[in-house]
Amino acid sequence: MLVKQRLLAACVFVVLAIVSLLLGAADVSFSALLSGDKHATDIYLISRLPRLIAIVLAGAGLSIAGLVMQQIMQNRFASPSTTGTIDCALLGYVVGLIVLQEASQWSYLAVIFAFAVLGTLIFVRFLQQIQFKNVVLVPLIGIMYGNVVSASTTFLAYKNDLVQTMSSWSIANFASVLQGSYEILYLAIPACLMAYYYASQFSAASIGQSFAKNIGLDFKKIVLIGVVLVAISTASVVMIVGVIPFLGLIVPNVVSLFMGDNMKKIIPWTAYWGVILVLTCDILGRLIIFPYEMPISMIISIFGGVVFIYLVLKDKAHA
Amino acid sequence: MRDWIRVSLLVVSCSAVIAWYIGQGLTADNYQFFLQLRFPKVLAIILAAMAISASSLVFQTITNNRILTPSILGFDSLYLLVQVLIVIGFGAASALVIEAVPNFLLATSIMIGFSLMLFHFYFKRGGDNIFTLLLIGVVCGSLFTSMTGFLTMLVDPNEFAVIQRSMFASFNNINAELVYWSTLPLILCFSILFSASRKLDVLWLGQDNAISLGINTKRLTKQMMVVITILVAIATALVGPVLFFGLITVSLTRELFSRFQHRFLILASSLIAILLLVLGQWFVEKVLTFQTTISVIINLVGGSYFMMLLLRNKIN
Repeated sequence: MLVKQRLLAACVFVVLAIVSLLLGAADVSFSALLSGDKHATDIYLISRLPRLIAIVLAGAGLSIAGLVMQQIMQNRFASPSTTGTIDCALLGYVVGLIVLQEASQWSYLAVIFAFAVLGTLIFVRFLQQIQFKNVVLVPLIGIMYGNVVSASTTFLAYKNDLVQTMSSWSIANFASVLQGSYEILYLAIPACLMAYYYASQFSAASIGQSFAKNIGLDFKKIVLIGVVLVAISTASVVMIVGVIPFLGLIVPNVVSLFMGDNMKKIIPWTAYWGVILVLTCDILGRLIIFPYEMPISMIISIFGGVVFIYLVLKDKAHA
Repeated sequence: MRDWIRVSLLVVSCSAVIAWYIGQGLTADNYQFFLQLRFPKVLAIILAAMAISASSLVFQTITNNRILTPSILGFDSLYLLVQVLIVIGFGAASALVIEAVPNFLLATSIMIGFSLMLFHFYFKRGGDNIFTLLLIGVVCGSLFTSMTGFLTMLVDPNEFAVIQRSMFASFNNINAELVYWSTLPLILCFSILFSASRKLDVLWLGQDNAISLGINTKRLTKQMMVVITILVAIATALVGPVLFFGLITVSLTRELFSRFQHRFLILASSLIAILLLVLGQWFVEKVLTFQTTISVIINLVGGSYFMMLLLRNKIN
């Protein structure tokens, strides 16, 4: 049964991946690639293959980031988009553009990363001080926090004539991914592996601070590790692709609806479904107004918003 | 009595600020040119301020809480979505799109239908917890915004130029015809609000109390929803979405005045809203020299204030 399931999952992925590779404004077929046509090889190696890899890395990275966030915040509705992480990363990007001017990609990443970690930590500490009982209050305050942060981002961007630049890269779009510009996304791989390594500790932390302490864990350290992992994935995705809203929220929730809460077991599946979702939405975005493209963030935010509302309503019906 | 002194103070400061805003730098030579520009702008600010504050106040009454406003629940993003739908449905050249009056009427009537539906959906399970409602409202708002974005990607560039006009409304580019015209529905809405104000006073005591005192709460709520939707449509058409502004003015009004009569509160909150908006516009133009927009400031201040309200509400 399990083997069958995995086989089926692999098949679905392979089919979607091939569709994604074949799809595009330039008309190049696999046979042209195999016959060694220079034009075809270039298109595949420079544009299509990097795009596929970027989709896989971003989908897996953000979904797992959401899962880790939910564990350390002890809240089902926590995710990079509902705890201000993404908005802080954007603020970091704008600050980086203003301060660094012409520096290497890595220093931009460092600034974005620093803002994401700091912003999220502020929010986490703030919530720990208050100790909410109500489960929907965390995402609500998180979204408001994100609004306030992004208002300051807009303020800075407006002042420095960066509004247009900002809106063009904050809309997630894989079309801009090319060989040589997306490699930072590979950071998602170590982040996901680390998440897997710390999985049981995150689970323990998700039960509560006192429980974690009782079994001999350093709660604060785990939270910090979790925030750092989330920030790595979020910062790299925000920098290269843009903002993909709701992904880290809906994928872990839906996966755990069907598969329970065993972290070690659901981490690979969360990554898998994240990849499938992003891949499907990307293919859809490329088909709707072919040969033009619809940014993936729009498709995913409509879909994600509906699923999110469903999850909240369902949660309430069960509570 | 002290409240009336405060109100008169507000009236005086409002007129002073408005007079000063209109009058600065006027000479006998240039007054025609400047007045032509400034008068619609100030009028738009006043109309929008009144519409936003009154709609938020009444919305809080019919939902019986102090933190919800129509815009936090996504009503003004709904207005934009309806505008885009109209352009897609009827084409950019249709009179329903180009002329302000038919466009406003059509958009508002579609919105009334939508908002009654939404309201039903939001509030059908009585006694729901307010935070769930808020969260759903916020997500609905962003959902409407993304759908608007999605549809604007689909329309052709000429049609987009038409949509853009309603998407980026702000005090700095005002449609003068629309301003003068929207005085009419605003006066109508305010007269309805004033005639229903006694009933609203009773409704503020709570659903059950209002029913036992002989108010048909369902009918009143529906009526008020229609009025609120029209007010939101006016405000959004004039100045675009301002998420937290209604919240700020209504909370300030409740802090400043210890009264509960809606006639008084509507008046007072409108005055506060006018004062804040004119001052804010002045701040953006003179102090920040147009380096930012007023909606950014409103989001910054209002968002922080909203978080504070949420926390205080929880801790109490």
